[in-house]
Amino acid sequence: MSAMPFEDFETAYETLAMAIDSAGAEREALFLTRLALLLGHELGDIVAFRKAIQTALDGLE
Amino acid sequence: MRPAGKGPLESLYFDYPRFAARRVPELDGGTARHPVLIAGAGPIGMTAALVLARYGIRCVLIDRKDTFNDGSRAICIARPSMHILERIGAVAPFVEKALGWRFGRSYYRGEQIFRLEMPQPPGEKYLPMYNLQQQYIEKFLHDAVAANQLIDMRWQSELSGLERHVDGVTARISSPEGNYYLDALYLLAADGARSPIRSMLGLRLKGDNYEGRYVIADIRMDHDFPTERRAFFEPSGNPGGTVLIHKQPDDIWRVDYQLREGESEAEALREENIRARVSAILVDIGHTKSWELEWWSIYSANTLCLDDYRHDRVFFIGDAAHIVPIFGVRGLNNGLADAENIGWKLALVLHGEADDRLLDSYSPERRGATLDVFANATKSTRFMTPPTRGWRLAREAALSLSLKHAFPRGLANPRQMQPYTYSDSVLTPYAGRDAGFAGGPVCGSVAPNAKLIDGTHLLDHAGTGTTAILFCGAQPAAEQAALREQLGRIDKRFVAIVIGSENSISGAKTIADQDGEIARIFAAEPGTIYLLRPDLHIAGRWKAAIPSEILKTAEICLGGETP
Repeated sequence: MSAMPFEDFETAYETLAMAIDSAGAEREALFLTRLALLLGHELGDIVAFRKAIQTALDGLE
Repeated sequence: MRPAGKGPLESLYFDYPRFAARRVPELDGGTARHPVLIAGAGPIGMTAALVLARYGIRCVLIDRKDTFNDGSRAICIARPSMHILERIGAVAPFVEKALGWRFGRSYYRGEQIFRLEMPQPPGEKYLPMYNLQQQYIEKFLHDAVAANQLIDMRWQSELSGLERHVDGVTARISSPEGNYYLDALYLLAADGARSPIRSMLGLRLKGDNYEGRYVIADIRMDHDFPTERRAFFEPSGNPGGTVLIHKQPDDIWRVDYQLREGESEAEALREENIRARVSAILVDIGHTKSWELEWWSIYSANTLCLDDYRHDRVFFIGDAAHIVPIFGVRGLNNGLADAENIGWKLALVLHGEADDRLLDSYSPERRGATLDVFANATKSTRFMTPPTRGWRLAREAALSLSLKHAFPRGLANPRQMQPYTYSDSVLTPYAGRDAGFAGGPVCGSVAPNAKLIDGTHLLDHAGTGTTAILFCGAQPAAEQAALREQLGRIDKRFVAIVIGSENSISGAKTIADQDGEIARIFAAEPGTIYLLRPDLHIAGRWKAAIPSEILKTAEICLGGETP
């Protein structure tokens, strides 16, 4: 998987933060789930998708 | 349940007959040993009796009730089941009364997100699905049972005790005419989801129960919509719960709706609540005229089955062996396949045409089918009744994306019943030969059909034993004729269907395939052979005949030892 240039990644970070706010507290879970399904579909790689999910789960406290 | 003031069998459209108990020979000292006793005269038990009768085998069929099951219950009959009904000579009233269909629609918040379209290859004789109330299914089967002299039907007769012996069973039967013992070589337990025979043998179903509960209600209304399956996710008429709507004959409609989490079952089942909920759902689909309430019940999904469907001389069939979720209409349809599977095997063993060993294949084949159903039905059930917050959230995300995007829409596919492929069965010993084909039906699958020039269908010409479909050129090879002869010596019921051009061969049914359609369906070349089992599943296929393997397969289909 190719990583983004840092500047693009920073933009992704900012865009996501603003989108979570714009979804609102009540809809943030739905928004993030939709986003994950869309990105998973775009990614087109179930192994990479599973790995990303595992990595995201691992860091949770 | 039925509306207040109505008896349990007081239907808007169906008159339940009442069947009397008969005085049977056993009550007057008769001690005949019957080949087969079938406990339970629901659709599965009656079908098993008719399959045995097709092969000339007598049976005693008992049921503790005095009439059919109440309520419409299982209403979807799949194409393979229509073929089973045809083979037992009962399909005509089904074709006449049932509503055939192949389309469906799924909606999310009132907008259509998925169009279900079940394939209808041009050679097929029946549509993928038919809707018919279970009372009619039972009535039509019973009409065939009553007209068949080989079936000794005994209503109001309950199996109240069971002794198993090395060579058969002794059942204690209680009826208003008196109690008696009945000896049989084999017992088919078709006594339903709460099977008393299962308890008598100390057996338990194993598996999972699912949380979501659905009310199923039948109503009568004058409503103009084609026979399609409609599924409504997050409808305004039933907030927080999914709704399914199916059309049935006699202006009866099935409305299934999911109860909200934490909703009281007792409250939900009260008549006024049923009426209020159904009314709201009907408004949602644009029906504001009057309607009548016929019957209702409640349902939650289970995937439960026995570890083994055979216990010596007792075979479990239908709901007695397995309970599957309704989503995908597999309960009735798989039960019918159980009945046919054990029926032909038992008949050939009882006739001495097949070795006893053949019966060992019943449980692996049909339990395999159940586990396959569980895999599919579990997916449908999780979608129809998401069990946790994670599943609910994922479904809502997928459904809401479906409004504007195509990629998640397939998740709303109800995965309707498909016949099981016996590719791993001992009766399919050379499944590896599939590798020689570029397409066509695989080993173990149900044979596809083809329409012939004379208006008949290919499978109409199959026999009651093994059937070979042989593809040849203008001249049949001498080896092919020799092979047919050898197959006829292994199986006296053997039938050969030769597919060729005009004036082929003598001594076998020859079917012309001028435009090559049949060869295309079977991905066949001249010299290709398919061997079908009596239930018209493919026992084996060879791109070019390998006589030793073909003969071995035919032997195994009659209980011969596996290679």
